[in-house]
Amino acid sequence: MAETTKEMKVVFERPHALLPVVTNYCPGCTHGIVNRLVAEVIDELGVEGKTVGIAPVGCSVMAYDFFACDMIEAAHGRAPAVATAVKRVHPDNVVFAYQGDGDLASIGMAETVHAATRGENITVIFINNAIYGMTGGQMAPTSLPNQITQTSPYGRDVSKAGYPVRVCELLSTLDGVAYLERVTVDTPKSVRNAKKAIRKAFDTQIAKKGYSLVEVVSTCPTNWGLTPSEAFAWMRENMLPYYPLGVYKDVVADGYANAAEAALDRAKDCPLVVPSEEGSNS
Amino acid sequence: MKEEIQIVLAGFGGQGVLFAGKVIAYAGLIEEREVSWLPSYGPEMRGGTANCSVTLSDRTIGSPLVVEPDVLIALNQPSYDRFIDAVKPGGIVIADTAMVTSMRERDDVQIIGIPATTMAEEAGLKGLANIILLGKLYGMTEFCDRDTLDAAIDKCVPARKAALADKNKEAIKLGMEA
Amino acid sequence: MCAHVPRCGHYGGEVEDMAEKVLMKGNEALAESAMRAGCRFFFGYPITPQTELAAYMAKRMPYVGGTYLQAESEIAAINMVYGAAAAGARVMTSSSSPGVSLKSEGISYMAGADLPGLIINVQRGGPGLGGIQPSQSDYWQATRAMGHGDFHCIVFAPSTVQEMCDLAYGAFDIADKYRNPVMILADGMLGQMMEPVELPKMIDPKTLPEKDWATTGHGDKREHNVINSLYLTADHLEKLNQARFEKYARVEAEEQRSESYLCDDADIIVVAFGASSRVARSAVNTAREQGIKVGLFRPITLWPFPKVALEETCSHAKAYLSVEMNMGQMIDDVKLVVAGRAPVEFYGRTGGVIPTPNEVLTKIKEMQASLIGKAGE
Repeated sequence: MAETTKEMKVVFERPHALLPVVTNYCPGCTHGIVNRLVAEVIDELGVEGKTVGIAPVGCSVMAYDFFACDMIEAAHGRAPAVATAVKRVHPDNVVFAYQGDGDLASIGMAETVHAATRGENITVIFINNAIYGMTGGQMAPTSLPNQITQTSPYGRDVSKAGYPVRVCELLSTLDGVAYLERVTVDTPKSVRNAKKAIRKAFDTQIAKKGYSLVEVVSTCPTNWGLTPSEAFAWMRENMLPYYPLGVYKDVVADGYANAAEAALDRAKDCPLVVPSEEGSNS
Repeated sequence: MKEEIQIVLAGFGGQGVLFAGKVIAYAGLIEEREVSWLPSYGPEMRGGTANCSVTLSDRTIGSPLVVEPDVLIALNQPSYDRFIDAVKPGGIVIADTAMVTSMRERDDVQIIGIPATTMAEEAGLKGLANIILLGKLYGMTEFCDRDTLDAAIDKCVPARKAALADKNKEAIKLGMEA
Repeated sequence: MCAHVPRCGHYGGEVEDMAEKVLMKGNEALAESAMRAGCRFFFGYPITPQTELAAYMAKRMPYVGGTYLQAESEIAAINMVYGAAAAGARVMTSSSSPGVSLKSEGISYMAGADLPGLIINVQRGGPGLGGIQPSQSDYWQATRAMGHGDFHCIVFAPSTVQEMCDLAYGAFDIADKYRNPVMILADGMLGQMMEPVELPKMIDPKTLPEKDWATTGHGDKREHNVINSLYLTADHLEKLNQARFEKYARVEAEEQRSESYLCDDADIIVVAFGASSRVARSAVNTAREQGIKVGLFRPITLWPFPKVALEETCSHAKAYLSVEMNMGQMIDDVKLVVAGRAPVEFYGRTGGVIPTPNEVLTKIKEMQASLIGKAGE
């Protein structure tokens, strides 16, 4: 009797950089997808042992228990400052901050802008779902005009509450930034694209090209009061026109080696920025 | 040499009162005495009056803020007016008469006026009125050894500005002879 | 050595390991000493009267291979301290009173995550924007409420430039030993004044013991480390806080420091720390010359308050005088120790006014007269 050999092939498994734990994310939440994409990228790059992640305050506050790399829980909004220092202490570590819209674009806006303009070699993963999820659905800095939330019960009135912050557009003006892309994860295709962007952001950091951020336009079925598929539909209909997907800055695609070189070229008419060859500033 | 000498130097910012105070403090340090130097700071320094308290002592110094100085060196009128009444009876006041035109008298302190700013300009030592006044103080009190004073100047003037150190030493001599 | 750093200023380049004393400002001596203790990371934000400290760091750090980073805010600065401490480094920040209030968030997180680090407060007058002259009005903040939650900062109060130097040098060891933030509570006078100082030896941070809890990257050699202060289960958080208070009990037992000057036979004990202790010392000297039996008790640790040493004076002292540059804050701690056995009086100036030795002497004489009056009754 001939032996039959069955070839078993692994087609799907948990990334090593994600721990086998139950997350606190709601059903249909996109955090789970993005956590996984980050972990897959860490696996692919083989950098788990030298990666330090910074978790925010928000729905992903417990992310320090989900990732297998070393993790730090930061105060609300302060992840970029914490990440800055970790990277300064260990410049060869891979350091990422994982932040939501309230954390990154409201209470932590100063830290966000300044880490970016300093050109810190860190990667920020930014989840924009236009609402404060963990505290139960309040207006976020990225909530859309007329969007109803617990603290904008009649819809966000821009005459009183002002306009949403468009993070990629805002950061794209800063010289320290090497790479910015806005993606989403509503379809398998967009998930693959989001992973490419996250990979590129990590590559940018590892090559020490400057600050990198990937904004993931996301959903919050629980606080939006929609099913997961309805939430994606609402997102596509309302959020994507306000937050168009795409690459907002890529210094390498623009023909520069890194953010520093691009910054130098942009300001080439300023003699202080571009010192003369023989001039010394002693 | 007195067991303890407390000095206030005061003038406009830029007249070098902090520097002159530092020279005195370094002289004390070189002779291994207890020393403190306390400047006024903040907006007061910018355009207004600057002053510093210097104490040389043979015992641990308590408050570094000199409230009743043994010596007042005044480089401008507001400083003279502000501190003249604070000087301890029996103390010394040295004023730059090129800057202090109205010297209110006190009969229980020794008040000396020399036109230090004018003297400095005439001797090619512009900006060293502070050190001329310091030389005068040295001539009157000998608060340290003579060599120590020159060594203190060397400590306070950066090595790459050696020429400036020589000018400071000249200014000391000029003050001592005034 | 960094090529584009201009060699400017007095201490721009190498400061040799000299046994010889140098004349330095308190702010500068503290900064140099911290570097010598192996601190290679400084994160700060400009504010008077601590600015020389940051400026000195900016000038010197490149020469010792360290990092000076001017943060966008005090809040960012303290969170950078949090990050660098989490990554295992000796790290510090410095500020003055209003800036320290902003840092209180991060200090609480450091305590909650058991992170060592050094915070300097070169105090100025408050509340609010207050003024920029020397003050001690952040005593309560430093010893009672350095942030939200159940925790303590270990707080040192230097009174000379040499002590600014020595306490900063030792602070990192204490911080590392207990995994707790340490504060040096100085003031504008100590920061700005110059005194002779003997600088300690330079420690190479590479020779310091490794911190196995730090988030440095697990290198595939251990489980992941987590630095965190979030515990959503009340029982869990309670246990951690209780354990942290066992640590604080050890700190209280082992780290109380103080100096007693002429206290042994004193009827009146003046209690004063930092700048005001300098003024008090002058007053005590003059009072002694006038035959008044008075001594000076100077807390060097404000938390833990040196209860044991102060308690010893209670066997003979007939009255206490707390001298402070505020409206009366440390007096609470003095009263807790004296516990009603003797009167505890207060003399202070606030808003940035430095009391004079004569003012304190007048108060001592009043108290002496009252003691004699009582004895005669």
